[in-house]
This record gives sequence, C-alpha cells and structure tokens, in this order.
Amino acid sequence: MSRIEIQKTYKLFIGGQFPRTESGRYYPLKNKKGELIANICLSSRKDFRNAVVAARSAFASWSTRAAFNRSQILYRIAEMMEGRKQQFIDELMLQGASSKAATTELETAIDTMVYYAGWCDKYQQLFSAVNPVASSHFNFSVPEPTGVVAILAPENNSLLGLVTSIAPAIAGGNTCVVLASELMPLCAITFAEVLNTSDLPAGVVNLLTGSSQELHAHFSTHMDVNAVVTYQNKPDEIKTIQQNASLNVKRVFVHTAVTNPNPYLIFDLQEIKTTWHPIENIGSAKAGY
Amino acid sequence: MTKKTKQPSLDFKTDWAYAPALEDTKHISLKKQYDLFIDGEFVKPHSKKYFATYNPATEQKLADIAEADQTDVNKAVSAARKAFEKWSKISASERGKYIYRIARLMQERAREFSVIETLDGGKPIRESRDIDIPLAANHFFYYAGWADKLEYAFPNRNPKPLGVAGQIIPWNFPLLMAAWKIAPALATGNTVVLKPAESTSLTALKLAELIRDSGLPNGVVNIVTGAGSTGAAIVNHPDINKIAFTGSTDVGKLIQKSIAGTSKKLTLELGGKAANIIFDDAPIDQAVEGIINGIFFNQGHVCCAGSRLFIQEGVADVVIRKLKDRMETLIVGDPLDKNTDIGAINSKEQLSKINKYITIGKNEGAEMYQSSCALPTKGYFCRPTLFLNASQSHRIVQEEIFGPVLTIQTFRTIEEVIEKANNIPYGLSAGVWTDKGSKIFNLTSKLRAGVVWANTYNKFDPTSPFGGYKESGFGREGGLHGLMPYLTF
Repeated sequence: MSRIEIQKTYKLFIGGQFPRTESGRYYPLKNKKGELIANICLSSRKDFRNAVVAARSAFASWSTRAAFNRSQILYRIAEMMEGRKQQFIDELMLQGASSKAATTELETAIDTMVYYAGWCDKYQQLFSAVNPVASSHFNFSVPEPTGVVAILAPENNSLLGLVTSIAPAIAGGNTCVVLASELMPLCAITFAEVLNTSDLPAGVVNLLTGSSQELHAHFSTHMDVNAVVTYQNKPDEIKTIQQNASLNVKRVFVHTAVTNPNPYLIFDLQEIKTTWHPIENIGSAKAGY
Repeated sequence: MTKKTKQPSLDFKTDWAYAPALEDTKHISLKKQYDLFIDGEFVKPHSKKYFATYNPATEQKLADIAEADQTDVNKAVSAARKAFEKWSKISASERGKYIYRIARLMQERAREFSVIETLDGGKPIRESRDIDIPLAANHFFYYAGWADKLEYAFPNRNPKPLGVAGQIIPWNFPLLMAAWKIAPALATGNTVVLKPAESTSLTALKLAELIRDSGLPNGVVNIVTGAGSTGAAIVNHPDINKIAFTGSTDVGKLIQKSIAGTSKKLTLELGGKAANIIFDDAPIDQAVEGIINGIFFNQGHVCCAGSRLFIQEGVADVVIRKLKDRMETLIVGDPLDKNTDIGAINSKEQLSKINKYITIGKNEGAEMYQSSCALPTKGYFCRPTLFLNASQSHRIVQEEIFGPVLTIQTFRTIEEVIEKANNIPYGLSAGVWTDKGSKIFNLTSKLRAGVVWANTYNKFDPTSPFGGYKESGFGREGGLHGLMPYLTF
C-alpha cells in the first residue's frame, strides 16, 4: 500500500509565527485540472493590522542593526533557499510552471537575494555625501530606512516577485508587510519558513495571502505604514493607493513589472538625513604643508 | 528707618535703546501693477483680475498683482512645453551658463531684492540681506554647475529631464523658495511654471524681470501669480510632468491626493514641529542663542523652526532664566530697521492664526510668558512668546503654529526625550545641544527628521540636502540629492 502523503497547511507569517487568518476565511487554490492544491488563508484587515504592529515593533532593532549583520542574514536567507530548492520548484510547478521555468525562477530568486545581501553595507556609501557648505560647519547626509513598508507583490510571479519586492526593503533596514500573489501563493509560505530559519528577527517580514482587491485600501490607509510598494498592475487599485497614501504622506512606488535588481530600489525606501555641526577654528593654524 | 537702595537691574527700554537704522527704499522701483510672466513676456491675465499685495509692517498697499486663471495657466504650461523641446536639447554646458547668468544678475541686484523681500513679506532686512537673497543667488550658482555633470551624479543610469515642472511655493522665504525650485529644475533640463504665494509675489516677479534680462529662452521659466485656485490649476493640469510643492501639510496632502492615478512625479516639503533638545552638558549660552534663532528667526515662519524646546531637568531653571533675559533684548519692529530682530507677521490671517494658538495654549493650561517689548501701532506684529509646562498632548505642542511661539517641556533621560521628540506626525528637523560628541551621534541617528542641527540651528546651504520624514514630506532640495526629483532614468 502506498504511503499517504502529508499535505502542507498554508498559513500566514506574522511576527515570526505562523497563524491562520483570524477571520477563519480561505480560498481554494486549484491546479489546471481543477483539483484542490490547498486551502489558502484569505487574510483580513485585522490580519494586516496585526502584521503592521509586528513590523513596527521590529523596526527599531532591525533598522539600527549593524549593516554587516543585515548582510549576513540576507545571505543566510539565500543559503536556506538553496537548501529548499526542490520544494520551491515543486510548488512553482504545481502552480503551472514548466520544470525549466521553475528552475530558472528559483535560481534567479536566490541570486537576487545574494545580490541584495551584498548591498546591505554598501548602498550607504553610494547615497551618502559630505556636503561642502560655505559656512564653518561639518555637514553630511546619510540614508536611513523609511520605516514600515506595505508591499503588494507581483501577481504573475511567485517566488522571484517576492524576493524582488522584499529584499531591497529589508536590505535597507525597513520592515514590511507583504501580500503574496493571489493566484500563486504557495512559495510565499515556504519562503516564510526560510525566513524563519535565517536569523531574520521576527516581524521584519510579514507575509499575508489573500486578495489585493480587498486589502489594497487597508495597505494604503493604515496610519502606521510609511510607504507602499506595489507590483500589481491594476490601475484602479493604484489610484486608490495613491489617494489613500495622502492621509499620512506615504511614499508610493509603482512597478509594473519585475525589474533587474539594482541599488536604486533600496534608495526608494530610504530617507536622507542631513546633520550639521559647527567647526571651531581655533587659533590661526593652517594646513600649510 | 533704612534708606531703600535701588537694586541694579537690566533696563532694556532706556539703557539699550538703539537709534533707528532704516534701510533706504529710494533705490528700488516697484510698478503699480504686475502682470503674468509667460513665454518671456509680461502679459495681462485672462481673468482681468488683480489682487493687492500689502506691506505687513504698515498695512499699506505695494502693488496690484495679476490673478492667473485656468486659461492663463494653460498658456503658461503650453509655453513651457514648447520651450522644453529646445531647452532639453541644447548642450548641457550652455544650459549651465544661462543659470550662472541668473546667479550673477541676482548678486548684482541683491540689495534691491532684499529691500523688496522685506517690504512685501515683513522679514527683518538683516535676514533678507544676509540670508534669503545671498542663499537664493548661491543656489542658482551651485546648480548651474551641475547641468553638464549629471551623468556623474547617478552611476550606471541615464538621467533625463521630466518635462514641465509645476512649482508652488510659500510666503515665508519667497525668493529663496523660488530659487530652490527653479535652479535644480533648469539644471536638469526641465522647464518651469512657478506660482509664488499670493501675499509675497513681488520678488518672484522681479526674478521674472531678471530672467528676461538674462536672455534665458522664452518659456523656460513662467511665473503665474494667484491664490489657491491658480495653484489647483497647475496641480491638475494634464500636461505637467512634475509637481514640487512647499507649504502646509494639509495642502500637501490635498495635492498628493489630487494627482493620484496620474504619472506626475511629486516632491513635498511640508510642515514641521521640530524638537530642540538641550542637555545638561550643553554650552548653555550658545544653546540659548540657538533656541532664539531656532524659534524667532523669520518671526517663526519657518517650517523647520525649533518650536518644541526640550530642556534636561538639571539645567531647566538656568536655561529658562537666560532665555527670558535674551527674549527681553529682542527688538520687534520695523523690518526695514537694521536693528530689528523680529519683523512683521506676514499677513493678518497669519497673525490671527498665531493669536488663536496663543489663546489655545493658555486655555490648555500652559504658562505663557511674553517679552515686554513695545509693538508698533500699525502693522501685524507678535511678541516673542513661550509656553512653560507644556505637555506632549497640548495642541500647541502637536500642531504647527508658524509664528514666534515656543513650547517648553523638560525631560530626565535620553530615552524619554527621543520618544517625545519623535512622537509627532512631522519629521522635518531637530536640534541637539550637548558637548558630548558620542551623544550627538547617538541622538541624530535616532531622531526621525530630515535635518538635524547639532550645537547650531537653522543653517542652510545649496549643497546641503533639505527635506522631511513622515508627514513633513518627501524628496530633497539642495545638494546632489536635490537633482533626483527632477530626473527620470
């Protein structure tokens, strides 16, 4: 008699834990033949709010952690993904990808994570400046993370979409709440398991599954969210997000496709801080020779 | 019976009185009426309407200013669009040379601009002469040099101008804000439709004259005057690619909302309510000067004003005593007088808003102190004011007053003051006073604000990026970072 397979229960990832949606709602995810793959949590506004609380409490320690340490943690995420290769590929194929496409997506996703791991302690020098002010002051500008970022991951792209949208945010010291692709949510929860075993502090990344139609308004109205990044190509929802963002002057970034990784995606979610301090010219000493 | 001896005391009224030192106004020329600057010439407004601009120190009318309506804005935008085709294609070094010319012309006419700025806006001549006008000219000079170096500013990218920039500026630093907006826009190859604030249009219109003199191609800079509806016509114009706004958070939010769903790029430089934090190891006398400069500079009409003072308990008494003494020496009066420290409140509306907050503060239970200086009988003036025993929940602590009103809170620990400083929707600026370097760096990295002044306050420079966190807006003006909002890659 063949062994009965243990099927996975797909849940949410909030504050380092894997709860079901508090709403008790689900939506069935089916394969091309119409067979049930899994019941996926249909996240509610309350789930989102819980996730923002988790992200906000994680922000202080994540944003002030040594950049080198953030770099190691992102690299660790890549290592863990590598170890779970087959699981990701299986899930991508379950969602309809060919074996070749699934492998390419997985490899690109891992390499993207490694790419951003490297940026963690480098973008600061790229975007900083010592400013040659005319008065007798030392003046410098540095990037600092924007805060809590709400991300609507790409709809048509599962694992790579998650990595592309999440990695630049956390590499730059932000924390985030992410809505996974509605039709391709499987990798999201497996990715959460990866994050959970990568020394990433609880709450830095929070993953929800559900419908952007239902959640985009909540993502953009929440007063403790500092920025919204959307990769969902839905003009009506984009407009609503941009309108709601004005409630607390959220920064909104709209991407219509997964772009090549680059440090300017990190920069999007940074604020530039400029510090001034007087220089006291003591005596008449000059650097003459 | 012992003879009563007179206690020695500082009598600022008699012993410290200064003879008036008025700046001459004979050398400036103002027209009775100003039209719109569109496509390189001054044109009458389609609306045929004009509004008066007043000297807030005398309540006398200075000139009539054209009110641009939708048709005028359309004209300005299409002039800017037409000019963009050429302006974005001329060689970058030539573009830079035009901007250098504007800087030089402004330096040459600095005195005239200073006097007009003071007449129209009410700020002390010392400030327009030493800060506003030189900084505005420097801003043009600085950005002129960027025009042909943009590809070095953004490695691995290909910077291109956006197109037509619609720019709306406030009344607190009229010419300086025009420079902050126009200079980077031109250097990056954009063309401009700029609207000054309705109470302070004059220096922008003098700038239009200067731009005409500079030979800048027609339509590259258009200046349309008017009030909120003129601004709305710019914001909602379909052929504008970029909105840059400096002003109140309320209006900024409205703008962000109204351009939702369009491809317009946006930068917002909005309100603030900065914490100015004095530690017990601070150089007290310098800190007191910094507090004064932080809140009373430009009558407190400064978005980055240090309007929330936090004093560590151990030095609270001495700081407050010295602060009150220093406030007594401030001269409130004729903005044209070179001795004046605090000029006129910009408008009647602003004065009544400030007075409303002073009443609110008293009703909330904070203890008010005002200096005893005499105020001119005409014009809009406000005594330097502070509120002791203010608490975090008071409206005078939470809301931007935009006037010479300071709230004072005390604190014990560094954790406490960071918490209080950050616990506000704004995040534009902050001040820190301590002699300990490690404390400064600890604090500046924890304060959620775009500009932090350590052992100094209210310093500005064209090379220094300026802008806010949170509800104080986004995007930077000044420095290399100030180029980015005007480019696409």
